[in-house]
Amino acid sequence: MLISILAITGLATIFGLLLGYANVRFHVEGDPITDQIEVLLPQTQCGQCGFAGCRPYAEAIAAGEAEINKCPPGGESGMLALADLLGRDPVPLDAEHAEEKPKVLALIVEEECIGCTLCLQACPVDAILGAAKQMHVVITSECTGCELCLPPCPVDCIVMQPIKQDSTTWRWPFPDHKHPDVVVKARV
Amino acid sequence: MYIESKKNNSRQLWRFHGGLHLPDNKQRSLQQPLKTASLPDRLVLPLHQHIGEPADPLVQVGDSVLKGQKIADNSAPVSSPVHAPTSGRVVEISSQPIPHPSGLQGPCIIIEPDGKEQWAELPEPITDYHSATADILRSRIREAGIVGMGGATFPSAVKLNPGKPIKTLIINGAECEPYITCDDLLMQSYPERVLDGARILQKLLGAVECLIAVEDNKPAAISTLQDHLEEDDAIEVVSIPTLYPSGGEKQLIRILTGLEVPSSGYPALLGMVCHNVATTAAIAEAVLEGKPLISRIVTLTGEGIAKPCNIETPLGITASNLIAQAAGYTGKVSQLILGGPMMGFDLATDEIPITKGANCLLAVSEAEAPSPGNTLACIRCGRCAEVCPASLLPQQMYWHSRAKDLEKAQDYKLFDCIECGCCSHVCPSHIPLVQYFRYAKTESWAKEQERREAEHAKQRHEFRLARLERLEAERKARLRKKKGALKKKPAAGKSGDASDGKKAAIEAAMLRAAAKKAQQKDQPKNTENLTSTQQAQIVAAEKRRTAQPEAVSNTTGAEKE
Repeated sequence: MLISILAITGLATIFGLLLGYANVRFHVEGDPITDQIEVLLPQTQCGQCGFAGCRPYAEAIAAGEAEINKCPPGGESGMLALADLLGRDPVPLDAEHAEEKPKVLALIVEEECIGCTLCLQACPVDAILGAAKQMHVVITSECTGCELCLPPCPVDCIVMQPIKQDSTTWRWPFPDHKHPDVVVKARV
Repeated sequence: MYIESKKNNSRQLWRFHGGLHLPDNKQRSLQQPLKTASLPDRLVLPLHQHIGEPADPLVQVGDSVLKGQKIADNSAPVSSPVHAPTSGRVVEISSQPIPHPSGLQGPCIIIEPDGKEQWAELPEPITDYHSATADILRSRIREAGIVGMGGATFPSAVKLNPGKPIKTLIINGAECEPYITCDDLLMQSYPERVLDGARILQKLLGAVECLIAVEDNKPAAISTLQDHLEEDDAIEVVSIPTLYPSGGEKQLIRILTGLEVPSSGYPALLGMVCHNVATTAAIAEAVLEGKPLISRIVTLTGEGIAKPCNIETPLGITASNLIAQAAGYTGKVSQLILGGPMMGFDLATDEIPITKGANCLLAVSEAEAPSPGNTLACIRCGRCAEVCPASLLPQQMYWHSRAKDLEKAQDYKLFDCIECGCCSHVCPSHIPLVQYFRYAKTESWAKEQERREAEHAKQRHEFRLARLERLEAERKARLRKKKGALKKKPAAGKSGDASDGKKAAIEAAMLRAAAKKAQQKDQPKNTENLTSTQQAQIVAAEKRRTAQPEAVSNTTGAEKE
């Protein structure tokens, strides 16, 4: 009797110490799930989700404060990936958070730019080049199409242009044949 | 030359998994001998006829070009130049319809031939290729703009630099797809070119053996090649059983050697390199004659073509022009396909140019290619898996591709799919499986690209945040410094020790001033050299002062004046 009590107590002590040590030794700063969520977000930093960028949105999702359907650039596939990662139920994209749009790039109309540098300050990825009273230009390879440069422009000289598709960026379409009713019913 | 020892070698052959015996329909286009196309009024040369970076134009509108002159190139490692197929004038550089499943346009150089066929100065022929180094041969092949002419259009020079020792060179003359006969006629018409090319490649790669694989439904090609073999050639012409898709690179290697190219690997890992016969012939021309790749043989066939044939044509001729030269359409055309019936793609228009990879124009009638009918549900019969030459599970990949679950589809080795179309062909539910796999593949690439872009954007955003933070910290530090400096000055008077010291100094100064004053009072100044009247005046003044002490200040004021 006594031996078994001692043995159990001894084991409990050993494991307790082990766990305590592991907690200190393998302590993780921050919430690793936030990083995993952030990887799935499109990093446009557009703020359409209502948060000040992708990282804050990822933190909000991780904390359970935000729904996973507030990211229009990520689209349905992004939402599905988040649902998959977090084990949540997929939810249709939030209507107020706009519908999925084709990817666009900002273009500054050179004749109209007055060189106010306001868009430079708004761009989250430093994709606009310019200086005070000098014409600004968008570095297209860096632009994420977040549209954050549109509101501050006092002369509305920035237009969003859809990316032109060519044979190198073309994708095969999803086969659009009709599935028979049985399949559709089975899926619903 | 007939060499008994080179013929009828019984070589052990293997069989790849699956595959299909298809009606080959090859006789149709073999009824007529090889024709040569006449020059059209316009040649349209796409700048992107190969895998890799598109070429940049080296000519301008209005320039005169000579036959074989390089008109576009790119310095990227995986790229290929484009040459003028005939002499003439560049009339336009613009976007034109290109042979691509998307039906999109691409940048093209348009040449108006002058009919003189005047050659540009070609590089020196390398007739003694045995003593040429591999680098020289490779750069010649690259400069000649040679790409895989079986349809993949991968730049050959890149493929010839495998970075691994190569034991076996395989020349692919299988031409397994139904209807297509351009390689068959090439081997029959230019056997010495194919063999020369094989010898050059063998020398270049240092391969000990060279196997030219031809399906046994092309006996004429096999015997022609064998007749042209020489005694000291380490080349063997291997007749392989007809089975679609034996012309697939990995499948052909399996047939000839019994080895499997590992998943997502390439043949060089097994010490093998595989080249198409047309590519090999083009390499022979480039090395032995200095001629770039400016023409190719195209099969025109199908019930929709009046006189099916093979035709040797300059690149850049439009499909419509070429078909007109084969007596035009029959009026039964339901579909125009570039490539074969299994792997080709539909063309929306026949106004597209013939490019380096275009091996066949197939105009099929409704009877030849009936609509597969409505797609039904997958019944999990497993026939697709039975015929898959890559030993994949098409039905599994189909479920995941349909659910847009690309990662799961990739787990089933989506990228090992060669899109041969066997699975779609046998599917009793008429499911367009290959379309799903093509969709899943391009979508996966696009997703990967998006992921890279997102990573890049994230980095830039983080840099920006770090920069803003740093600037803010610097600004704050500056402000603090300024504030500190301002505070210091007024604080100096009030603070303890400093004020005591100052007080003492002031007192000392006051004492000094007082002592000075006292001294001045006691000892009258400027009293030397005075006249008697002045001295009398002073005495009088002193008297007045002592008499009226309150008036002193007034008189002293007057005295000073």
